[in-house]
Amino acid sequence: MTSVAPAKPDAHGGGAHHAPMSFWQKYIFSTDHKIIGIQFLFVSLFFLLLGGLLAMQIRWQVGFPGKPMPGGGILPESMVVNGVILPEYYIQLVTMHGTFMVFFAIMPLLVGVYANFLIPLKLGAHDMAFPRINMWSFWLALLAGLIMLAGFFVPEGTSRAGWTMYAPLSARPDLSGATVGQMLWCVSIVVLGLSSVMGSVNYITTIINHRAPGMTWFRMPLSVWALFVTAILAVLALPVLQGAAIMLLFDQTIGTHFFDPVAGGQALLWQHLFWFFGHPEVYILILPAMGMVSDIIANGSRKPIFGYHSMVFAIIGIAFLGWLVWGHHMFMSGMNPTLGSTFMVSTLLIAVPSAIKVFNWMGTMWRGNLRFHVPMLNAVAFVSMFTIGGLSGIFMAATPVDIPIHDTYFIVAHLHYVLFGGSLFALFAAIPFWYPKMFGRMMDERLGKIHFWLTFVTYNLVFFPMHMIGMGGQMRRLYDPTIYDFLKPQQPLNEFITISAFALFAVQLIFAFNFLWSLKKGKKAPQNPWDDNGLEWSLPNPAPHGNWAPQTPNVYRGPYEFSSPEAGDADFLPQTKKLPTDRDPVPAPLPTGGH
Amino acid sequence: MQTSTMIDAMRPPSPAEPGAGVYSNKLGMWVFLASDVMFFTALIGSYIILRFGMTDAWAAPGAVLNVPLTGINTFLLICSSVSMVKAYAAIADGKKYFLRPVLGKTLRDGGLKFWLLVTILCGAAFVGVQVYEYIKLVEHGFTPAGYREGSQLAEHALADPIKYGAQTGAMFGSTFFTMTGFHGFHVTCGVIAMSYLYVTKVLPEKYSPQDYRGIETIGLYWHFVDLVWIILFTIVYLI
Amino acid sequence: MGWWLPPAASTFAGPIDMLFLVILIITGIALVVVEVGLVTFIVKYRARPGRKAFYTHGSTRAEIIWTAIPAVTMVALGLVSNHYWVIMKAKDSVPADAYRIGVMGKQFEWQMTYPGTDGKLGTDDDFTVRNQLHITVNQPIAVELTAEDVIHSFFVPEFRVKQDAVPGMHIIAWFQATKTGEYEIGCAELCGMGHYKMRARVFVHTPEEFTAWMAQQAAGGAE
Repeated sequence: MTSVAPAKPDAHGGGAHHAPMSFWQKYIFSTDHKIIGIQFLFVSLFFLLLGGLLAMQIRWQVGFPGKPMPGGGILPESMVVNGVILPEYYIQLVTMHGTFMVFFAIMPLLVGVYANFLIPLKLGAHDMAFPRINMWSFWLALLAGLIMLAGFFVPEGTSRAGWTMYAPLSARPDLSGATVGQMLWCVSIVVLGLSSVMGSVNYITTIINHRAPGMTWFRMPLSVWALFVTAILAVLALPVLQGAAIMLLFDQTIGTHFFDPVAGGQALLWQHLFWFFGHPEVYILILPAMGMVSDIIANGSRKPIFGYHSMVFAIIGIAFLGWLVWGHHMFMSGMNPTLGSTFMVSTLLIAVPSAIKVFNWMGTMWRGNLRFHVPMLNAVAFVSMFTIGGLSGIFMAATPVDIPIHDTYFIVAHLHYVLFGGSLFALFAAIPFWYPKMFGRMMDERLGKIHFWLTFVTYNLVFFPMHMIGMGGQMRRLYDPTIYDFLKPQQPLNEFITISAFALFAVQLIFAFNFLWSLKKGKKAPQNPWDDNGLEWSLPNPAPHGNWAPQTPNVYRGPYEFSSPEAGDADFLPQTKKLPTDRDPVPAPLPTGGH
Repeated sequence: MQTSTMIDAMRPPSPAEPGAGVYSNKLGMWVFLASDVMFFTALIGSYIILRFGMTDAWAAPGAVLNVPLTGINTFLLICSSVSMVKAYAAIADGKKYFLRPVLGKTLRDGGLKFWLLVTILCGAAFVGVQVYEYIKLVEHGFTPAGYREGSQLAEHALADPIKYGAQTGAMFGSTFFTMTGFHGFHVTCGVIAMSYLYVTKVLPEKYSPQDYRGIETIGLYWHFVDLVWIILFTIVYLI
Repeated sequence: MGWWLPPAASTFAGPIDMLFLVILIITGIALVVVEVGLVTFIVKYRARPGRKAFYTHGSTRAEIIWTAIPAVTMVALGLVSNHYWVIMKAKDSVPADAYRIGVMGKQFEWQMTYPGTDGKLGTDDDFTVRNQLHITVNQPIAVELTAEDVIHSFFVPEFRVKQDAVPGMHIIAWFQATKTGEYEIGCAELCGMGHYKMRARVFVHTPEEFTAWMAQQAAGGAE
């Protein structure tokens, strides 16, 4: 039975005190963190689909260069002529695939959705610290996405300099061919940065100041720890990108020369600014995934997380070291080779906390009582695939080896192993896991398993061979590999990857169908379908507005007390369950709440 | 005089784990300011890298910019920070009013309404002076793209390339307008925010010594903006 | 098709390929440990009625072991790698007798500037050739890289040579070819819509062939 702290008159939240809300207030301009999380979910899944469609076109061109693409006829002549993708469209595809996937799919799916949805629920709070700012965070993110999308509909199309936007190519419309589209990229990023900062201010403040009594720092689930550290990364990294994007925009529009060597600017300045943001960004893209995977693996193993404190310190270690490694993206850039040495050292070191996490996940499964529900399948696949992605990173970290593989498909393989094999598999675990909490229904387990296995197989068929293609020397962002004699022998492998990619994409339709169909037809969810310990499962499904308001739950133990001897016959022991031996936590003597 | 820990002590206890020991609005503002520090670091850091990466001479600031006028503007902004502190002290003492004559003295005793208005006006004046400065600079030939061809400034630069930094004018223009422009934007946002609070909360006397969190929070922002300006003024106008 | 790095044709390929193999072995072992471990656990510890999981919060000893081993391995790898990195990229490591050729990347071609018969770059008998790098085998070559417009990247897979060509910068990339023959140069940094066709060729000659070629060029011969 959940024990609650004495009720406190709450300025916000507390459904009993609210006047009935209109449809617009309740679902559209909602300040409820759960609704905002769901809004992020729908919008981001759309952008994920868009990113996938862009990838399909890229793969068509690389696999079958110069051949007319099926369905190419629907695209305008500026992009596709007689069904054949044009080079100028190809580099837009490459740029926008990366941009949409990083900024509008993976980041908002991990952070916009799960930071918003889970943080108050897992801490026993009624909502975020600043619900209205939270609402603005969503609408700004949506606005940013629409601005970016608009690039496809302006003359000369979108930006064409790769998602990494290297100057001077990105700063010179006369050299890249992109005009308005390039400016839209910059504006979109500045708006997205604002959204991110607003969200992060909420997440950090809520986690510090709004934990229920008994929810000490080291009783927080790893998903929340990861989201906390991620928010700190975001709040410090995004503004640097905003600054860089503004400088880039000014170079294009008002005649500044930040990145123009002719007038005294420096091309490498862009790279330093971008990667100083960019490296923490990739940890933003993986840490929440790692956190949620920890929660799900403990649940699936029916065992406490192995080495909880080490896991926390590993998250902090990864985030801290993440600020010191940005130069490993620039080993070939012409920066001082001595810097190459220092960045190599820091980069090799960051492998260590990641390794700790992998071994701890394995330790969690060791001697567990493993339940292979769909979230667990995907979470274990995460560990397996992230390991490959992380290990491939070691090749690049060793600077001499980076020489032949930098800017080749070896890098593309690495980044997709960590972002798809890692982050996306973690999302395939998290989405069905918290779906009942969001929508009151279960996603279909059988469809989930079919989706999992088919995705796992086709995904590896697509991305593993890319390591070989990269070793063979195929450069990135290459419209037609067959121009080079040394690449021609690999072309059959490119064709194989392309066909596997089409299969991989088709399989995702199973997930999309399952997600949408289950909204209305999914099995009605019991209150705690996964026998989990988190605070969120002490609420009905879907969770009500205000969560526990006007009350606040009490927390009696850590988040992973599965198979605890104190649990009796059950193999789980919720954080908020009061045992006869438990004493109520004392509320803080010095008040900290803002509301 | 009441301090911010007294504000916290005065609020009814809420069931929560001890957090930062400060109320959420203030914590949130600190976090936001950390992000703003990073934003200015990107701009100012780039300026430093670009300026000290140049082999040719950088203009003597006084040759291109109106340092005395901006010095006065700096003083104005510092005064607005002082008046912000006075506003905070006033509401902590319960002085919600505008002005009140002090018995037996010719001086008047300012309340929150007075001191916050002074802050807003000083802030607005700062922006006004900066806009005026920009107009004059562009007229003279100093633009984000550098020294405009055929302008007075361009002629001076031809005559004395070292003092006017003829080779580095483009970078000077790029960095100057971007850094000071975004600072001015931040000041403008602060003025707007304070005006909004003035109309919706200060005039209707919604702040009290028991709860003046909004004043403290916007005060933090305002001091930050002032601090950034002091740094900018030093490294752009003086050095 | 080959499943490995391209056939080696420079002195750098030996150390780089060796390092690659060493890393492959180390990461291969780690991969096998993790993947076999995962599969073993999946099979051995799957839920069965009547079983309960082993309740433990971890083991400090295990943590120390699996932190120390990766850390030591990474440090060792770093030290070995840095030794070769300095040789390949440090400015001071460029052999004093390296033959210098200027290479400029521009949208969308490579321009090679040769020192002419006097062997010195920057003199009157320099000449420029498009998309052809002619060098002598077994001789250190120092390519002085720059770019005219945007960032390009000079990449010869068989030589294991890659270096970005940056406008406003002059960067030296040195190497020594070990086999005569013809190789391709690819551009390894997105530089615009013609990025894919910035293909050039390297001709590695015997000393006699190179002298003959140089004489022919100096006499205004055909490319």
